[in-house]
Amino acid sequence: MVTPQTTPVPVEHVFCDDAPVLKVCGLSKRFGAGCPYCADPRAELERNICPVCGTVHAVRNVSLEVHPGEILGIVGESGSGKSTLMQCLYFDQDPTEGDMRVAAFDGGAANCFDVSRQQQRYIRDRIFGMVYQNPYLGLRMNFSSLSNIAEKQIAAGVRDVHHMVRRGEELLERVKIPLRRKQDPPRAFSGGMQQRVQIAKALSNEPPMLFLDEVTTGLDLSVQARVLDLILQLRRDLGVSMVVVSHDLGVIRLLADRTIVMLDGQVIEHGLTDQIMQDPQHAYTQELVYSLL
Amino acid sequence: MGYVAVTGGEQAIATSLDLIERKRVAGGLALDVDTILSCLPELVQQVESEGSLWAPEVAATAVKQACGSVEEAVFLMRAYRSTLERLYTSRVIDTDEMRVDRRISAAFKDIEGGQILGATRDYSHRLIEFELADETQASVRDRARELAERLADTAVPATPDALARVPRVLTYLRSIDMVRDWPVDDTEPVDITKTPLSFPAPRSVILQALSRGLTQAVIAIGYAAIRGFGLSHPTVGELRRGSVAVEIDAPGAVADAPAEDAYYLGSIPVTEVESLIVADEVDEQGEHRSALDVGYGLVVGTDESKAIAMSVLDHSLRADDVRFPTQDQEFVLYHIDGVEATGFISHLKLPHYVTFQSKLDSALRSVAEKGGEADA
Amino acid sequence: MRKNYNFAFLDEGSKREIRRAILKGVAIPGYQVPFASREMPIGRGWGTGGLQLTLSCIGPDDVLKVIDQGSDASVNAVSIRGLVHETTGVDTTTATQDATLIQSRHRIPERPLTRDQLLVLQVPTPEPLRTYEARETVTKRLHAEAEYTGAYLELFEQIVRYGTTTTGADHPVMVEGRYVMAPSPIPRYDNAKLNMAENLTLLGAGREKKIYAVPPYTHVESLAFDDYPFVTEEFEGASCHVCGATGVYLTQTVDPVTGEQVWQCSDTDFCAQHAAEQESEA
Repeated sequence: MVTPQTTPVPVEHVFCDDAPVLKVCGLSKRFGAGCPYCADPRAELERNICPVCGTVHAVRNVSLEVHPGEILGIVGESGSGKSTLMQCLYFDQDPTEGDMRVAAFDGGAANCFDVSRQQQRYIRDRIFGMVYQNPYLGLRMNFSSLSNIAEKQIAAGVRDVHHMVRRGEELLERVKIPLRRKQDPPRAFSGGMQQRVQIAKALSNEPPMLFLDEVTTGLDLSVQARVLDLILQLRRDLGVSMVVVSHDLGVIRLLADRTIVMLDGQVIEHGLTDQIMQDPQHAYTQELVYSLL
Repeated sequence: MGYVAVTGGEQAIATSLDLIERKRVAGGLALDVDTILSCLPELVQQVESEGSLWAPEVAATAVKQACGSVEEAVFLMRAYRSTLERLYTSRVIDTDEMRVDRRISAAFKDIEGGQILGATRDYSHRLIEFELADETQASVRDRARELAERLADTAVPATPDALARVPRVLTYLRSIDMVRDWPVDDTEPVDITKTPLSFPAPRSVILQALSRGLTQAVIAIGYAAIRGFGLSHPTVGELRRGSVAVEIDAPGAVADAPAEDAYYLGSIPVTEVESLIVADEVDEQGEHRSALDVGYGLVVGTDESKAIAMSVLDHSLRADDVRFPTQDQEFVLYHIDGVEATGFISHLKLPHYVTFQSKLDSALRSVAEKGGEADA
Repeated sequence: MRKNYNFAFLDEGSKREIRRAILKGVAIPGYQVPFASREMPIGRGWGTGGLQLTLSCIGPDDVLKVIDQGSDASVNAVSIRGLVHETTGVDTTTATQDATLIQSRHRIPERPLTRDQLLVLQVPTPEPLRTYEARETVTKRLHAEAEYTGAYLELFEQIVRYGTTTTGADHPVMVEGRYVMAPSPIPRYDNAKLNMAENLTLLGAGREKKIYAVPPYTHVESLAFDDYPFVTEEFEGASCHVCGATGVYLTQTVDPVTGEQVWQCSDTDFCAQHAAEQESEA
């Protein structure tokens, strides 16, 4: 018999510096059956489509590591596979193949794409936080902001209302949403406020790992600046590791320590952000960087 | 007969039943079942279609008992159906063998076998014929004779054989490879009266649920699908109406016994629609091409709007896409059954005073907590 | 007995199938077993699920009691009792202790049931997560993964908004630490009667085509938070104006003679028996 979990299991937060928080190897996501031709990872594709069988290779053999307190940027145009990659990491989509180790889950012992859905839910609810580009994906628009923030804690087994209300208020203050609006549902908020509620929600269980998908896209410039500021503050104050996906190299330059450049489902360049900005190697990256200047 | 607890409610119900029965007979006129079958065949067929039971006399009796309420008559039929043992399964009915009395195509001007307009109100003018108010048995017989004479001169004389196996419009489209090909699927169909719904629903479940669905609901949701809340805009490839034979294999017959050895039980009137819907098709090479997809409708009786709407929904539900309610299997299939919908709506009339007291208690408690301060 | 119909209306094949679903429900307490619900001679939503359970389980020696809102005289209870009696010929009773099979809508009798009694509850909406998630495909997966955040989130939202949980009847329960279950729209006051009960309780939803069960001696716990415990309806200072009972489920009504607002037991059999006891003691 399964007994209900009434207290949250504490999540390990201590990392040795050489052990990555998150390590992904050979992640691929295909739409279509694939064929002997495109099974070869070096096969020439038409953008990301196999010329023989028409299979779409949305993400192709991507590997990455995120270290404690680090912000990893993923930049690329729309259709480059960066959002699909992110959704695979957060279990919103099942990758076709790949291996993901999560230090805070089991010290990195198991491939998290192979563990049960319940265990994946555990990782989502307690170790990962996600902020979607579209707040409708990340928030329950008809529930109050407090409930939205509490949802992850409830999922993690917290059953103390006062504790969750206090935590919710603390996070709303941190993301600068006036407490008098704590009962309001996010549907009544502006786009920038919705993103900040999403961030508060993602932080509710103090996850060691945060995913941010195009969080500033579609926001006014001044609002963008406030959200970016908040993200940097969180890293400074809480030491959260993050993966930040954006099509905007400006955002990546501001946030990321290291950067991966994706094109047509593949990683074409990676390195320290400063290095990529100063000395881009790949023609596509050069184009990106020059357009920024 | 054992002991029965008698209560006040019992007296009230008995009286209520007497009152409703008195309403039925108060006019002093009796409508016999033959008259219903002869004068109101479309009403009887709707009751059979939604009741999912072909039994004209039972349906006519249900219509009579229900004083003409379709909702009530269908309900009576369904409850009666629950008590019937299923003794046989019919042989597969091939609608190619339908004896048609009407078949049209909107997709082509001329079709092999010819457009047969048949009996339809489509081109009638909806003017009330006030003379019908004074119609008598004698005048009905005169009119029948007059029409028989006129039709002998004007109706196209067709040999019975020509109507027994009319070629299909879709056969032509298939021959030029314009209709999307589907592999033959001989999976045993699921009987939705014996198996609960589960999703995604197989096609046999979708077709049964739509065919016996509440006629007006099928039409309304089908309408929504073509008006904008969905992606289907169909062309009626072929609509055919007529009768099909129902046969069962002789007891102990071998698996594929010839049709001649089967027992013929009778024929039932059906309306069949094959709609054509432009769809995007991707082949093995990843090439897109525009092909025609088929939506299928088959209903007992002659309700052509229901059959067309069913063909639209058959197609849209295959998409099982939750963006549009008309493509959402759970939305359509859970709400299309008349007996379920009217039952749940009408149950709101039952007493709810215990639960209402409970709601009241919660509302009062919320007021007492002065509302809204979780951390107060 | 009515002609042309089998004993207990349904054909034996249907009854066997329903009993198989019942057995599965008993084996997995709180789990909703789908079944091919038959159309019944009463309306969908009027107790067809409960009726199919009753008809599938009843035998000629059973003694039947049917209540609605706790009352044997409520019109729908009368109607269902009449139908079962007509198609089976079994004895019926209003006395809770004499019944072997009790079909009920919205109440559990005040008098504790025993191991020899079967309670059948009529269920309108069997899915406790339905207001949180509309799609059956999704709620089925949530149950499979014991993912009940949604059920608690609803309660949390009520507390945030109103300072208290505002569930009326049908407050969700956790069954044997595994499945969250809709106890049917019984008042919160009745939830406790399901916990470690001596009797078997079967729940049937005809329109939604689900059967589920709470076997004898099963832990049934109403969902709540540590610092906002589950609360039942309160009738502080109120007593039944007929029998004087307190500590039972009361409903408000108007005294036909004085026109005053008064309280009355919703369990009419309990009320009658209690009044008779008071009389004999006096």
